[in-house]
Amino acid sequence: MSNITYLPGKEPDAREHRLIFKNIDRVGWDNSIDCYIKDGGYEQLKKAFTMEPQAITNEVKTAGLRGRGGAGFPTGVKWGFIPPNNTKPVYLICNCDESEPGTFKDRYIVHQDPHQLIEGMVISAFAVGANTAYIYIREEFPEASEILEKAIEDAREKNFLGDDILGSGFNLEIYLHRGAGAYICGEETGLIESLEGKRPYPRIKPPYFPAALGLYMSPTIVNNVESLCHVKHIIGMGGDEYAKLGTPRNTGTRILCVSGDVKKPGYYEVEVGKITMGELLNDVCGGPKDGRSFKAVIPGGSSAKIMRCEETYQIKNPDGSQRELSFYDIPMDFDTIAACGSMAGSGGVIVMDDSRKISWVLNNINHFYAHESCGQCTPCREGSMWMRKISDRIVNGQATPEDVQTLEDVAYQIDGRTVCAFGEAASWPVEAIISKFRDELEAETSEKNEYLSEEAKRQLSFINL
Amino acid sequence: MDNTTFPPFAITPEIDAEANKRISQYPEDKKRSAVLPLLHIVQHNFGFINTEATEWVASKLDLEPMQVHEVVSFYPGLREHSPGKYHMRVCRTLSCAMAGSEELMERLCELTGIDRSQSDSHHNPIAVSPCGQWSVEFAECLASCGTGPVCLVNDDFHEAVNPDSAQELLNKYGKADSPAANS
Ligand SMILES: Cc1cc2nc3c(=O)[nH]c(=O)nc-3n(C[C@H](O)[C@H](O)[C@H](O)COP(=O)(O)O)c2cc1C
Ligand code: SF4
Ligand code: FES
Repeated sequence: MSNITYLPGKEPDAREHRLIFKNIDRVGWDNSIDCYIKDGGYEQLKKAFTMEPQAITNEVKTAGLRGRGGAGFPTGVKWGFIPPNNTKPVYLICNCDESEPGTFKDRYIVHQDPHQLIEGMVISAFAVGANTAYIYIREEFPEASEILEKAIEDAREKNFLGDDILGSGFNLEIYLHRGAGAYICGEETGLIESLEGKRPYPRIKPPYFPAALGLYMSPTIVNNVESLCHVKHIIGMGGDEYAKLGTPRNTGTRILCVSGDVKKPGYYEVEVGKITMGELLNDVCGGPKDGRSFKAVIPGGSSAKIMRCEETYQIKNPDGSQRELSFYDIPMDFDTIAACGSMAGSGGVIVMDDSRKISWVLNNINHFYAHESCGQCTPCREGSMWMRKISDRIVNGQATPEDVQTLEDVAYQIDGRTVCAFGEAASWPVEAIISKFRDELEAETSEKNEYLSEEAKRQLSFINL
Repeated sequence: MDNTTFPPFAITPEIDAEANKRISQYPEDKKRSAVLPLLHIVQHNFGFINTEATEWVASKLDLEPMQVHEVVSFYPGLREHSPGKYHMRVCRTLSCAMAGSEELMERLCELTGIDRSQSDSHHNPIAVSPCGQWSVEFAECLASCGTGPVCLVNDDFHEAVNPDSAQELLNKYGKADSPAANS
């Protein structure tokens, strides 16, 4: 990477390891196909065509790549779920909905390095046997849509797409499909319904696992933009070499998107698990704003459970013994963050300092989920609205301590009782905020609190008669 | 409002060809998949989607108009009423809100004379200025949380728009049309 320079002020941090973001903000870089080819682009595709499709899947398994879209599911394993005796067409879908609050990485790939994605997609489609692929891109990326349309056209002209790609006998068309501003289209089965021209009501799993019953009830692989880009690098480096990046079971690099109350918010590509929460927030992101201290962090997009910065966690070692881990010592990987009760999710790290009132944060998040529930199942549709109404009351100083209890009850009535994982996405933030900041919420709703409105005080006086 | 902002719905041969190209990107017996692409074509050319447009999309795809309407009525990104000539979508989600997007929205409304008091997030998200030039809407996370507050003006993306630079943002589009600039 030594011969690469970056735009002033946008140089990668010394602790970064850039694979996917190698070209982002690079001096002299543009998103044209010529620039990409001059830099060695599409060479990995040529290499992939010398391999058997199954061998590519095996390399991805060896590499230990875990999906970067949210769930962290092993990509090679997912590809293996296509029924072996399948006779229907197979589809590949790139999930570029990037709608999880706090996440802003796919944006830069599709704007600045579209051919990296296309190359990753052609290799992946070849591996899974798909001759048609769709990029589902959120409507709010209009410029990226144009860039991608052009990139697809250019790649087709050079026979990186189309029929008999580079003489391999493999055919692939990639089409762009624009969403229309609904978060639920990021959920893979909602996405598929949307792509079929219907309301994006998620399908129930089982039986509708996309790898078996996906788009048009055919086997369909849905992968995140970043995941598909990693495939290209895995073929380039070989699965074994790739697996040396990061830590065991948490291999490779990933892009962490940091926003909120830090001095230097932004995107940082690091080896998974090689950097701790403290190093990320204090060193890479420059620490809290002057005169402030960190209060809470949401580590993996707004659906992930919030963490309190002064917490410590009891973690099981591989040998079964326990160790204590402070919040700042948590390595940024999938498994440890999960063991600490949250999730690495989409890599969106949202930071709040001591100037933020937790009820306000809670209410903002509740508004998001109330707005985005698809409305298909009752616990989520009614519950997300109800939670929003209660948190509205809390921030307006009209709530009683019992409201906090009701809020918590409602959250647990949604969690685990819905068609899709949106139910958890909406209720986990509430559950976590209440369990970790109950003191603050109860203080805000108690009779003596300074925010309580006159009306709420009157109501309380009746309750306490 | 008057219809000077957007042309009335009328399908030209170019639009029809564009629609046919989109339809061809899906399997022949799965034309329904093209409903969003066709609706985007309509909205891009005519600003919003009216009954006539819904019927046209339905006839192109061998659907009942209701099957198109259920899609239109679901998505926040599809509109059934005319927005202003410059439609501003301000991100209201957590990181942008921490960076001041609510204040930005207030400033934009003040400067354009927009009254948001009748707006809500579900049924009536868009508020239009009295002159019809401007409209605002709160959007959910626009995937640029590190550079908030962010907003989209039509198809242009703007980042780090702090409330103080709201006037500057409007000036890029139509200074003479904003009531603040007129007064
Ligand atoms: C409510 C909800 C929203 C989601 N939004 C996104 C998204 O915006 N982008 C994304 O890649 N995955 C999103 N996912 C995850 C997808 O369902 C799917 O797991 C992912 O695209 C698979 O890709 P991966 O295996 O490469 O991670 C979302 C999931 C849920 C439940
Ligand atoms: S959980 Fe929510 S978003 Fe998911 S299907 Fe049910 S109502 Fe829709
Ligand atoms: S919160 Fe505004 S772009 Fe994500």
